[in-house]
Amino acid sequence: MLELKHIYKTYNPGTVNEHVLFQDFNLKIDDGEFVTVVGSNGSGKTSMLNVICGSVDIDAGQVVINDKDISDEKDFIRHRRIGRVFQDPAKGTCPSMNIVENLSIADNKGKKYGLSRGLNKARMNYYRDILADLGLGLENQMDSPVGSLSGGQRQAVALLMATLQPIEFLILDEHTAALDPKTAEIIMQLTDRIVKEKKVTTIMVTHNLRYAVDYGSRLIMMHQGEAILDKDEEEKSAMSIDDILALFNEISIECGN
Amino acid sequence: MNLLLSVLEQGMIYAIMGLGVYITYKILDFPDLTVDGSFPLGAAIGAAMISRGMNPLLAVFAALAAGAVVGMCTGIIHVKFKVRDLLAGIIMMTALYTVHIRIAGRANLPIYGKDTIFHNSLVDGIFQGPLAQFKTVIIILIVTLISKYVLDWYMSTKSGFMLRAVGDNETIVTSMGVDMGHVKILGLAISNALVTMSGCIYAQQQRFYDAAMGPGTVVIGLASVIIGTSLFKNVSFLRVTSSVVIGSIIYKACVALAIKAGLPSTDLKMITAVLFLIILIISMDRKKKRKQVSDSYYDGGDRDDPAGMKDRAYTEGGGTDARA
Repeated sequence: MLELKHIYKTYNPGTVNEHVLFQDFNLKIDDGEFVTVVGSNGSGKTSMLNVICGSVDIDAGQVVINDKDISDEKDFIRHRRIGRVFQDPAKGTCPSMNIVENLSIADNKGKKYGLSRGLNKARMNYYRDILADLGLGLENQMDSPVGSLSGGQRQAVALLMATLQPIEFLILDEHTAALDPKTAEIIMQLTDRIVKEKKVTTIMVTHNLRYAVDYGSRLIMMHQGEAILDKDEEEKSAMSIDDILALFNEISIECGN
Repeated sequence: MNLLLSVLEQGMIYAIMGLGVYITYKILDFPDLTVDGSFPLGAAIGAAMISRGMNPLLAVFAALAAGAVVGMCTGIIHVKFKVRDLLAGIIMMTALYTVHIRIAGRANLPIYGKDTIFHNSLVDGIFQGPLAQFKTVIIILIVTLISKYVLDWYMSTKSGFMLRAVGDNETIVTSMGVDMGHVKILGLAISNALVTMSGCIYAQQQRFYDAAMGPGTVVIGLASVIIGTSLFKNVSFLRVTSSVVIGSIIYKACVALAIKAGLPSTDLKMITAVLFLIILIISMDRKKKRKQVSDSYYDGGDRDDPAGMKDRAYTEGGGTDARA
């Protein structure tokens, strides 16, 4: 279980650019939930993910995982139980290293990166299988540097890398936003399959309202640092894209856009 | 013949330093100026220990260890105290100037007539007669090849993978639950260990330490790396580390030719700088052409050029701020 308790965060305090984002923000996510998060730019979606992952410091409040306060844990320690895929496909992989080297790195997550051989030869067939499962032809390019792959292929590899070793939380930060619609669809289906297979608690931020409605077991809408909408699976299945879009417009008008 | 031998000897000694610069400049993307201090530090350690009659091979290992400590200091200044990479190097370089003069006891320390790794009863016994003139170059070849292969091996280990990853994409290192600061410090330690070892060997070959041998070292290292990597980037059977070694020899050959052509040897630093500038201009020209090509099509076979990859990643990624 993941809890955000009384989170306060102000960007650029004491300057003209001061921006109060979170004021007593609270959120509780149970094990096995697949939460989709929508909201306009600046609503605090990505900041919320950064708070969970420790990428930004909070002013006050607690991040609690399984009743343990991890607010003071460094980001790299938190990532031992978190897998994260970013909007930018370049962030989830090493471009100058080939696919097998990338997967080998990810396969060693949580263990020591010592002086034993970097390539995991014993798992080569397994890598080939999971790459073949993607249906992108990557099993034939295992020696190609990831930097030479297309954005969609890189994102698929990044998704595999994030979930190769057991993790407690999968954090998806608009991970289909930089892809063309068809590739985005493929990555989204792959995501859904992996989440179901691994039964990992997942938080997905997206700008695609259809994905937010079609996938996941809970929907949250963020606005000005608050979760203004929080629907569980049952309520969510009764909602349509139009309902959410209507709400979205309402907020925007409120803001004078 | 003598000119060729001296080019090969010096080229390969500097190649070890070049391998160190390759780690920081190409892999870590860290312009490390510590090199200008750690190279003469190695020379000072070598000269000081040998002049006291200590084992020359022991001096090489002592230099190696001292270099690792120096690299760690640069890394800690940069990572823990958040000083910019260039400034961290400048601080260490300046501080080391005092350190190596202190170690040597004065600004110039000759070690003529003492045993070195090139001059001792063992190697003199092995290389006799016509072989004698190749003694130095063969010993240097062995040391350089050992350095190269150990570095190649390290780069294929899990730890080496992390080092390559941190220069490629810092985020992924954090994602793997590893402290990227530690990886950077480790990379700087390995780099400066190689540089300092190179300085120690250089002092043994030249048979003196001089405080003035430091400035310009990093330029020679960068020139070797850039010549090597841009000249041989399409030669797939050649490892980058080998390219750097060859690049260093080519660079030394250019300098030797300039001096042979009649320039006084006091112009050495000017030659070094101008040559480096020319190399930079030539290689940048190539990069520009490549960029235009890579926008439409990218040849995936070029695994030995992380820098080129990075250019592409930046143009493609469309950097997004972490703050939504």
